[in-house]
Amino acid sequence: MLNKEKTNHQPLSHLDWLESEAIYILREVAGQCSNPVLLFSGGKDSLCILRLAEKAFRPGRFPFPLMHIDTGHNYQEVIDFRDQRAAELGERLIVRSVEDSMKRGTVVLKSADESRNKHQSVTLLEAIEEFGFDCCIGGARRDEEKARAKERIMSFRDEFGQWDPKNQRPELWSLYNARSHKGENIRAFPISNWTEMDVWQYIEREKLQLPSIYFAHQRDVVMRSGSIVPVNVPLVNGEVTNPVKAGEEIINMQVRFRTVGDISCTAPVISDADTVSKIVLETATSTITERGATRLDDQTSDASMEQRKKEGYF
Amino acid sequence: MSNVTKQHNDSLLRFMTCGSVDDGKSTLIGRLLFDTKTILADTLTQISNTSKKRGMEAVDLSLLTDGLQAEREQGITIDVAYRYFSTGTRKYIIADAPGHEQYTRNMVTAASTANLAIILIDARRGVLTQTRRHSYLAHLVGIQHIVVAVNKMDLVNYDQATYDKICADYLTFANEIGFAQARDIKFLPMSALAGDMLVDRLDNMPWYTGETLLEILESAPAAHTEGDEEFRFPVQFVCRPHASADADLHDFRGFMGRIESGNIAVGDAVTVLPNGYQSKVKAIQIGDEQLRSAQTEQSVTLLLEDEIDTSRGDMIVKTGSSIEPVKQIEAFVCWLSETPLSPARTYVIRHTTRESKAKVGTIAYKVDVNTLEEQATSDLKMNDIARITFKLAQPLMVDSYSANRATGAFIVIDESTNNTVGAGMIV
Ligand SMILES: Nc1nc2c(ncn2[C@@H]2O[C@H](COP(=O)(O)OP(=O)(O)O)[C@@H](O)[C@H]2O)c(=O)[nH]1
Ligand SMILES: [Mg+2]
Repeated sequence: MLNKEKTNHQPLSHLDWLESEAIYILREVAGQCSNPVLLFSGGKDSLCILRLAEKAFRPGRFPFPLMHIDTGHNYQEVIDFRDQRAAELGERLIVRSVEDSMKRGTVVLKSADESRNKHQSVTLLEAIEEFGFDCCIGGARRDEEKARAKERIMSFRDEFGQWDPKNQRPELWSLYNARSHKGENIRAFPISNWTEMDVWQYIEREKLQLPSIYFAHQRDVVMRSGSIVPVNVPLVNGEVTNPVKAGEEIINMQVRFRTVGDISCTAPVISDADTVSKIVLETATSTITERGATRLDDQTSDASMEQRKKEGYF
Repeated sequence: MSNVTKQHNDSLLRFMTCGSVDDGKSTLIGRLLFDTKTILADTLTQISNTSKKRGMEAVDLSLLTDGLQAEREQGITIDVAYRYFSTGTRKYIIADAPGHEQYTRNMVTAASTANLAIILIDARRGVLTQTRRHSYLAHLVGIQHIVVAVNKMDLVNYDQATYDKICADYLTFANEIGFAQARDIKFLPMSALAGDMLVDRLDNMPWYTGETLLEILESAPAAHTEGDEEFRFPVQFVCRPHASADADLHDFRGFMGRIESGNIAVGDAVTVLPNGYQSKVKAIQIGDEQLRSAQTEQSVTLLLEDEIDTSRGDMIVKTGSSIEPVKQIEAFVCWLSETPLSPARTYVIRHTTRESKAKVGTIAYKVDVNTLEEQATSDLKMNDIARITFKLAQPLMVDSYSANRATGAFIVIDESTNNTVGAGMIV
């Protein structure tokens, strides 16, 4: 037979396989959706996705803009990094802020120091409506949290941005279905099948730059109900957040962040890992999950992540 | 940490677990994660608290996988869940599919991306109707490697005779359906609860000298390394940066996609279907990296020697390849939707990166997944499997599913809801 070829190829390495799958998913979004957007926070997962998008679409431009939903409670280093990275790539960056939603009255905080993380959903939905996006590409991974283990690669959200775990499309082979009617929305997760370890190994292999707060540094913190809480953090707008409460003792510690997010709910871990390869080693020997250690808002209840997803959180 | 660096060169295996309710799927997965040290301290604390709250003495490892609120409340698994672990030599993706009768569709979904299936049998109960169903479905969806795991051996005093009888029963039935010759079938006795023969051998079954479950998993061929399928490259996206400031890019026309099977090298003669244009491969790229050749499962950009009008949904194959556009297909279809198939309606079929409107031609028969009997039928309800022909508005470039899992598969979409309502495997 003319074309019967014998493939004695080595299987792809696990990182090559994951990379190829993610590129495939990004291209499916580009091929199937008319107005997608890539959610970009400056965090490590979204930085991996930017590299994957380069591999997927260069020498062309990305077939989607980047968008950050800014809570106003982000570390200056991360915001600077976000802007720098978007500029280097020459791609369009849209920023929509929770503080604008607060001014509009669509976000109402129960108290000034309440975590703004969950209010991101409101601002996100407002931005989706403003721009008419039919798909948001996000960096969520299935290994992050139990409620995500059944998340689809292309996850369907109704007109209210809600995720209904019982009403998701079956996903077979790599035949992803990203169709939606007007007003509905798809959330696409190209690195669903990656673990925290895969992400760090990819960062190491691709020599990706990261915001400095991912690496070990000295920081003023207090111990608050078993977690390390950074205090007196200067904000982009000049204010200072996370004041010390009465009776708390400030400790200057060497720490790093495993995830970056809203200051009021992201805790660092004690670490002296100041390079990516040291972080890879530390991750391999870690005994605490990424969210367990660092996301104060997920600990409230076993089902808290699921609840927030239903409300439109990514 | 040699493990960490070693893993860079290592492969990935996707497998699934099948079994009836309470056969021990969740416990098996929990045990694998636990014994490979994938479960971290805080998660363990969380599940041991939950176990205590429910009045259990030991930590219930099945809580690791039973994730969503609804199922935690009901204590059942309601959808396919994906889990990850890594041994230092391999990364694994597990699809955990629930075994209830009404969830054939979940099993088919989980099986569609798996290369190996673990079929669980309760040692006290032996080969049951469900075992036949799970085996048939794994067979239908083309899983090459089957591990028949006889679980709960601790409850039959780790008795060898019990195990041997179950293996013999299974083989008799596998031979009946012509399954034993076609597949690689392995057997093993185990206790997911106690941990025998999963990661650690333990010493309750000295009479068993075969591989442990993890040894089987570590040596199973990774996806797509076994076949000698022909080159298939469905075009996903066309890159034309002609408006770019860079004059060199003015004529750049890159065909982006994933190699679904076979391999390709610079200089190979190719044909673009359905139109049949011919050209040669000028360059192969991943991002800005240039490759001489590329293989199955790689996402690449192909540049051709000639300017050819090609768009998403076309397929690039090697010139002379035995594939032709067709306007009718015959397939086994598993119905996934609560709304039954309506022969009067028009559906959309998505095959590779291509779509076509489609109408049902004939329904030959429905398969009873428990008895494997063929029954005449005129309708198709959720979890039914039937042999159907579809008439297509647009031609598709198909292979038979048994020859090629990527170009032999399709999904059926209901345009009114956009839901995925059927899964098809071309005969
Ligand atoms: N004695 C014993 N019990 C087991 C074993 N494997 C699972 N079980 C128990 O069987 C019950 C059902 O297990 P589970 O993993 O939830 O089954 P699933 O429905 O298939 O996911 C639980 O109470 C388990 O503790 C085993 O090897 N031996
Ligand atoms: Mg279960």
